[in-house]
Amino acid sequence: MTSPRSLLRAVLVGIVSLMLGTSLAIAADEPSPDTEQWAGLRQYLFANRPIADNVGDVVDLDAPFRAEDASVVPIGLKAKIDQSGGRYIRKLWLVVDKNPTPVAASFELTPESGRADVETRIRLEEYTWVRVIAETSDGQLHMARKYVRAAGGCSAPAGKDNEAALARLGKIKFKLEGEVETGKPTLAQMMVSHPNNSGMQMDQVTRLFVPPQYVRHVEVAYGGKVILSADVDFSISENPNFRFYFMPKAGGSELTAKVVDSKDLTFSSTLSLPKVGI
Amino acid sequence: MPALVLTLALTGASGSTRAADPAPVNEVAPGVFVHTGQIAEATRDNDGDTSNWGFVVGERCIAVIDSGGSTATGEALLAAIRSQSPLPVCAVISTHVHPDHILGNAALASLKPAPEFVASQRLPAALAARQSTYTALALRQLGADRAPVFVAPTSLVGAQTVQINLGNRDLTVRSWPTAHTDNDLTVSDETSGTLFAGDLLFVDHIPVLDGSLTGWLAQIPTLRALSATRVVPGHGGVASGAAAVAAAWDREHAYLLDLRDRVRASLRIGTALARAVDTLTAPAGWQLTELYHRRNVTAAYAELEWED
Ligand SMILES: [Zn+2]
Repeated sequence: MTSPRSLLRAVLVGIVSLMLGTSLAIAADEPSPDTEQWAGLRQYLFANRPIADNVGDVVDLDAPFRAEDASVVPIGLKAKIDQSGGRYIRKLWLVVDKNPTPVAASFELTPESGRADVETRIRLEEYTWVRVIAETSDGQLHMARKYVRAAGGCSAPAGKDNEAALARLGKIKFKLEGEVETGKPTLAQMMVSHPNNSGMQMDQVTRLFVPPQYVRHVEVAYGGKVILSADVDFSISENPNFRFYFMPKAGGSELTAKVVDSKDLTFSSTLSLPKVGI
Repeated sequence: MPALVLTLALTGASGSTRAADPAPVNEVAPGVFVHTGQIAEATRDNDGDTSNWGFVVGERCIAVIDSGGSTATGEALLAAIRSQSPLPVCAVISTHVHPDHILGNAALASLKPAPEFVASQRLPAALAARQSTYTALALRQLGADRAPVFVAPTSLVGAQTVQINLGNRDLTVRSWPTAHTDNDLTVSDETSGTLFAGDLLFVDHIPVLDGSLTGWLAQIPTLRALSATRVVPGHGGVASGAAAVAAAWDREHAYLLDLRDRVRASLRIGTALARAVDTLTAPAGWQLTELYHRRNVTAAYAELEWED
């Protein structure tokens, strides 16, 4: 939401920069988080609902100061509350203001998720604010944000080896990252080999046209119940990768993952769990 | 009559290109000229002069290998050629897609007759996917008034090795499996035993991984076995003599091998990517580690996590 004061400031800065003949880019390295992109997205996703901004008591965001590799920027969405029956996080949005498709992902979670922490990786081309917005089960919205600087050198968000990525298309690696113990949130990782590309229009220099093909939905179920459901797109890195939690329980013997891409290709994988101790 | 021709030729030359000071070059072997760029990120001050390029003069024509990171570096390259030889440029070979190696091509695109622009057959796809990023990067680093111009390759090199004849002098152009990038080429001057390695070889400048770590490690023995008497790296000083050439390959190999082994060890114990980037510090002895080592760890991790 753009307050009247920040609108006024934007107008004033605009006038000053017109007079000086310079651009806004000379402002402080970390600019205002009230970006034009966010104003539009906020309205589109949440209308006029209030959002607790950067309080840090419900959700936090792990993001690097600078993207090292523009195609693989690790991002952590971190819950500060338990995923218990009372108040829990039921949805997380990952927003990258300056990306061509700024809503990189939205995750739906349940108390069976154990912990509403999700790690993934994004592509990042420009200096931008990255945000996580959490919706708790009482309908409240909470946001955390970090300003991330673009990678230097010749780093690009594109894949590094197009042929290899296509040759391995759809392979899934699904594994546990910790001990399985009943009633204790357990970390798992699911990664799918996929070019996850946005496609491109006819390129003026190279005359190439590449159709888009990207992962658009990911679902993980445990003991027959969906514990993580995500709508994603090509802001997520090549070979989409998710680290998340689930809550082991007696009788739950396997995790299943289903991945659907923009060409409606479906990939799935099952992870058998060691017998859960009671 | 001869005087008239001369006048016309001069008019044509001054009309077609802006006057630029010739870039400094070393004649590392008879007819083989090399410019050593700075070991630095591109900035407005250095105007993209941050990589090596060279040219080889035959009896009939000249081949250019890479052209630096801006139109200005290409203009300085062209002026350097003109201060050495009046022969036409028949080939402009790009060792890979990175902008610090190809943006000078813009200054060579209007030459008459037009040279062949030679690149890997995988370069067009890589360029198409990266061109908008590279454009934004150049505008940010060089300045908004120095918009980059990309030149489409006219001649693509696949798995088959290609010979380019410059008149009593042959260049061998080889394409490589994914290593520094997925579109690396090398150029060998058979007459002098000089290998232009592009960014398959870094000297002093920390190696930069934008292709495949295991692929690069696998190619180095083959590159080393080409037994060049002299190798021009993409960045850093020329290595001359068999011992110096071997040492340069070995030093790069050691960095990449150490990176591979430490990232594999992190993956084995389940270290998350962000933590691996923070903990696997750069070895001593390379320049620009603060810019590229963390990125190399990131790229290596994203590649090696797919190993079984
Ligand atoms: Zn390079």
